[in-house]
Amino acid sequence: MRREGSPFQGLGTVFVKELSDNISSVRMLVLELLILLTALAALYGAIDSLRQNTAEDPFLLLRLFTLARDPLPSFVAILGFLIPLMAIGLGFDAVNSEHNRRTLSRILAQPIYRDALLMGKFLAALATLAVNLAALWLMVIGLGLIFLGVPPGTEEIARSLVFLVVAIFYAGVWLALAMLLSIVFRSPATAALVALGVWLFLTVLWPMLAPAFAQVIAPPDPRYTALGLDTPDTGLWSLFLMRVSPNELFIEAMQAVLSPTTRTLGAVFLEQLRGAVMGAPLPLAESVMIAWPQMVGLIAGTIVLFVAGYVLFQRQEVRA
Amino acid sequence: MSEQPNEGATAPGGVVIAADGLTKRYGKAYAVDNISFGIRRGEVFGLLGPNGAGKTTTILMMLGLTEISSGKVSVLGHDPARQPLAVKARVGYLPDSVGFYDQMTAVENLAYTAKLMGLDLAERTRRIADALLRVRLDDVAHKRVATFSRGMRQRLGLAEIIVKKAEIAILDEPTSGLDPQATLEFLDLIRELKAEGTTVLLSSHLLDQVQRICDRVALFKAGHIAMMGTVAELSVGVLGAGFVVEVEAQGTGIARRLATIPGVTKVETVAPERFRMTAERDVRPDAASAVVAVNGALLKLSVHEPSLEAIYARTFQTDPAGGGVRHAA
Ligand SMILES: Nc1ncnc2c1ncn2[C@@H]1O[C@H](COP(=O)(O)OP(=O)(O)O)[C@@H](O)[C@H]1O
Ligand SMILES: [Mg+2]
Repeated sequence: MRREGSPFQGLGTVFVKELSDNISSVRMLVLELLILLTALAALYGAIDSLRQNTAEDPFLLLRLFTLARDPLPSFVAILGFLIPLMAIGLGFDAVNSEHNRRTLSRILAQPIYRDALLMGKFLAALATLAVNLAALWLMVIGLGLIFLGVPPGTEEIARSLVFLVVAIFYAGVWLALAMLLSIVFRSPATAALVALGVWLFLTVLWPMLAPAFAQVIAPPDPRYTALGLDTPDTGLWSLFLMRVSPNELFIEAMQAVLSPTTRTLGAVFLEQLRGAVMGAPLPLAESVMIAWPQMVGLIAGTIVLFVAGYVLFQRQEVRA
Repeated sequence: MSEQPNEGATAPGGVVIAADGLTKRYGKAYAVDNISFGIRRGEVFGLLGPNGAGKTTTILMMLGLTEISSGKVSVLGHDPARQPLAVKARVGYLPDSVGFYDQMTAVENLAYTAKLMGLDLAERTRRIADALLRVRLDDVAHKRVATFSRGMRQRLGLAEIIVKKAEIAILDEPTSGLDPQATLEFLDLIRELKAEGTTVLLSSHLLDQVQRICDRVALFKAGHIAMMGTVAELSVGVLGAGFVVEVEAQGTGIARRLATIPGVTKVETVAPERFRMTAERDVRPDAASAVVAVNGALLKLSVHEPSLEAIYARTFQTDPAGGGVRHAA
């Protein structure tokens, strides 16, 4: 049975309303401050160490993103950790709060489809995240200009823009997950808790668990162990399992894009290749090709999670 | 294609909502079971029944907000399952315990839905101001809805329907949870809507209110329509007659004499000097003269008008399982 009328009718209206809600919300302000302060700390560390050893680096600006100085992780690593938090903060009560406020049936009694409501909310949250990430990106460029005194080259700007796009898709995965949970669970607290649980599991526990599982699936070969080497099979499995986590995909993609010398992705090979490839940067297009599977993975994850939420929402009862 | 003119739906007195064998199943439970009815343009129609009888489900199917299991319904000539936007553009809905965005003002809340209706800025501003004036919320137009009482929220919901200039207003339990004063005010607003020619469909489990305002009612019982018609028609059907007149009088042969009054169908002697007559009309004058005619002393004379309460009690008494959902098999 075909339904008549555009599924996008009302999309713009929902988008504008949700965007202004997001931007004016206290919750968003707190998350922004959290990210801003940690990012500033990381950048301070990076700037400091870059100023101390003023070696000739053609990609000085990019080093700002990736350089870590103990005890702080790099700017990219911090974003990898905090972007999910921000996305979850925007999405965990997207749909269930409409149920709980009893606004859902009133809104859906207007001449719009559910598609417009869900998509409007998703796009508005994604736009909010994009605006915040773009602001952070500008901050990095600005700080680089001020404290390092080197104007960034075109290639650096291009690479950092790719970083921005990938970061937005990474946020999209977590946003789609949070919105899916907001459809599944009627209580926003439950949805938030589950989302945060998944986030902690994938970013903190999974990097420890994946190698352990890999050793179970493909036990290390004693011949390699005797030589002090990792067994290739175990390493591959470990990498494969790690890549279930969007966090890993994001970090790998960032490595390829922001460190132009990266020729291959994956911890195992990287260890083996390090040194051999130093000082031979790849052109941007090739770096992007290396990170392509990771980027596609993030985009696909966003789409799959959004579609799952969409299907559930279409079949859900509107009444509270 | 979606705007096929439908003669029946546009003519005054024509049928604007027609349900035919409408059914909704949740798993094996029937929430609404094979109901058919027609609602005419300009009337106030009441869906009446205890909680869980299927009133809300029926309404949601008419708006295309929940899937129809079988049967069909046509609203203003449109099929809500296939053309929900066409239906929702012309029908206003006040949900059961309606909610608003608390951090936004009354005007902002209405502006949001008015935008969703596709109204431009000038039209929006004008209609919202008018509607708030009509529901007497103009003085709190720029207050946050968080501060509103339940009655004010209901009125704001009605304002939304007025902004839409809806041809049909569907109100789900509009007066439940309101204090008597707020209820009266709200019923007045519904009467105003009707006076403007809006068709009103309202659901309620509060009978006397529905009785006061509805032209016709449908009694819901466990997903079925047990009865449908005007309150007077129903009372004849269920109670056997419309009016119950009670007489308290001293004297002999009163009961026999009362029974001869035309239009009286039954006389019961409820106490030694108390008689209850069931009649098709208000027979108090005749009863008084009857008592006088046998030289009796009339102590008290009272009439109970046909009451939905009584009809309802009688309808739902007969089946002790009434009120629940029928389970198939
Ligand atoms: N999502 C649902 N799943 C299963 N049963 C439901 C659902 N929604 C309503 N029902 C059942 O359908 C019946 C009719 O409910 P409803 O239409 O809300 O009644 P009313 O509005 O007359 O109080 C109730 O028995 C209710 O339990
Ligand atoms: Mg109900």
